[in-house]
Amino acid sequence: MRRQRTGDRLIHTNAQRAASGRYSAARLFLEGLLGHRGWSRAWHKASLRPRYQVVIVGAGGQGLATAYYLATEFGICDVAVIEKGPIGLGNVGRNTTIIRSNYFRPENVRFYDYSLQLWEGLERTLNFNAMVSQRGTLNLFHTESQRDLFTRRANGMRLLSVDALALDRNEVKTLVPLVDLDNGRYPVLGGFLQPRGGTARHDAVAWGYARAASAAGVDIIEHCEVTGIRREGHVVRGVETTRGFVAADRVCLAVAGHSSQLAAMAGFRLPIETHVLQAFVSEPVKPVLNVVLTYGAGHFYVSQSDKGGLVFGGGIDGYNSYGQRGTLPMAEDVAAAGLTLMPGLARLRVLRQWGGVMDMSMDGSPIISRTPLEGLVINCGWCYGGFKAIPAGGMTTAHLIARGEPHPLAAHLDLERFEAGRTLDERGLGPFPYAH
Amino acid sequence: MLRIECPWCGVRDEIEFRYRGDASLSRPESNASLAEFCAQTYVRENRRGWHLEWWLHVGGCRKLLKVLRHTDTHEIRAVGHAQDALALPMEPVPP
Repeated sequence: MRRQRTGDRLIHTNAQRAASGRYSAARLFLEGLLGHRGWSRAWHKASLRPRYQVVIVGAGGQGLATAYYLATEFGICDVAVIEKGPIGLGNVGRNTTIIRSNYFRPENVRFYDYSLQLWEGLERTLNFNAMVSQRGTLNLFHTESQRDLFTRRANGMRLLSVDALALDRNEVKTLVPLVDLDNGRYPVLGGFLQPRGGTARHDAVAWGYARAASAAGVDIIEHCEVTGIRREGHVVRGVETTRGFVAADRVCLAVAGHSSQLAAMAGFRLPIETHVLQAFVSEPVKPVLNVVLTYGAGHFYVSQSDKGGLVFGGGIDGYNSYGQRGTLPMAEDVAAAGLTLMPGLARLRVLRQWGGVMDMSMDGSPIISRTPLEGLVINCGWCYGGFKAIPAGGMTTAHLIARGEPHPLAAHLDLERFEAGRTLDERGLGPFPYAH
Repeated sequence: MLRIECPWCGVRDEIEFRYRGDASLSRPESNASLAEFCAQTYVRENRRGWHLEWWLHVGGCRKLLKVLRHTDTHEIRAVGHAQDALALPMEPVPP
């Protein structure tokens, strides 16, 4: 941005900027003086055309990011993103907003760290305040063998030039005074910190990508449900929707939670089960927690939102479910783990609880792949780790659509890996859809 | 909270059970193809609607039960022994 010498020129330049729709602090200030009458819609409500080069099914984080990168990185702007409800109300609006790249397997570290690098520049790229906050993610360990495992993971990350630090008990106590280090059940021995990890604002991510994609010429169509996939032999021709047939050269499915239903329309099945994951937020309090904290002896992770609420969650409920709600046993389990770690939480009331339905893949890793139907690409199987992967997932899916070849960082996420015996099993769990 | 009527123990809370996945799959013959083994190990129908599934009563009789449950409403329509052939109702999926 050029420096302005006089007040007049500042107003003039910003009036031009307002006309072009760019957001900036100066424009916010100016609009404040003018009664906020100059803002236009964040993204254009397009009407559905009968044919597109690319149709993306699902206007969640992955679908919108894919559309944005297709238009801006690969020059394909003849794109529609169609969504059965309003944008951003699926899992992109239902998660605990954590971003990180502290994985063990090198393929995962490289992929998620690429995502984290894109997060680091995201607001500048999208001209939207996604509230990316690199407050650090701290994983606690409670036994010596767990410490060894975390150390091995941290060393693996450092070999790939990704940040990871080991903290001792006192450093953990300084960073997170609320933690009960000597809790009777699982005393804390230390922690493993990724300083570049943190959180981002979920709704802003969906709206930021939608706005930037729309500005680049992408049509975003809400309330348009796909009812079938039209094919000619082994080649996809387009999608049948509640608003008629839409022809397309390439179709991308990005509908985590319901991927199996869309795949069935295209005539194939997936290594996925759909499970519900709950999340919770407490009443807002003053700042008490400035990292994303995970408990090592139970399934519990927590961060404090900018509004002050503690946002926390645990594992999936544990049986196939399409109900976007949760049941009480898991809520109790999450609360028990949270209170063991931070007894002070007992004084807080839970403000809201919600559930989202996850594509739990059989090796705990996502699928960004070509499918048996030529021209049909699928982005699915995110388990409950898809939010942090939105930028990299979108970029690599866009690459696959535009070039017809997988992005080097996502080549291992193909659908054939299961039959080929090269599953990407981060936890070493075997063929069970319960991890990520 | 699910309430599962175990044929041996009566109605019990879901926390006494451990979910063991899709009960409609069966192990292929030993001379089956790689694709068949791969399908049984990894690929799932993942129905939205009535679903046949295994529940192990770990906190009770430790028997493996076959349960017919709806994956949207969570209604349980039938619970049987592991060998029982429970029919999968063919009902349209609710919107």
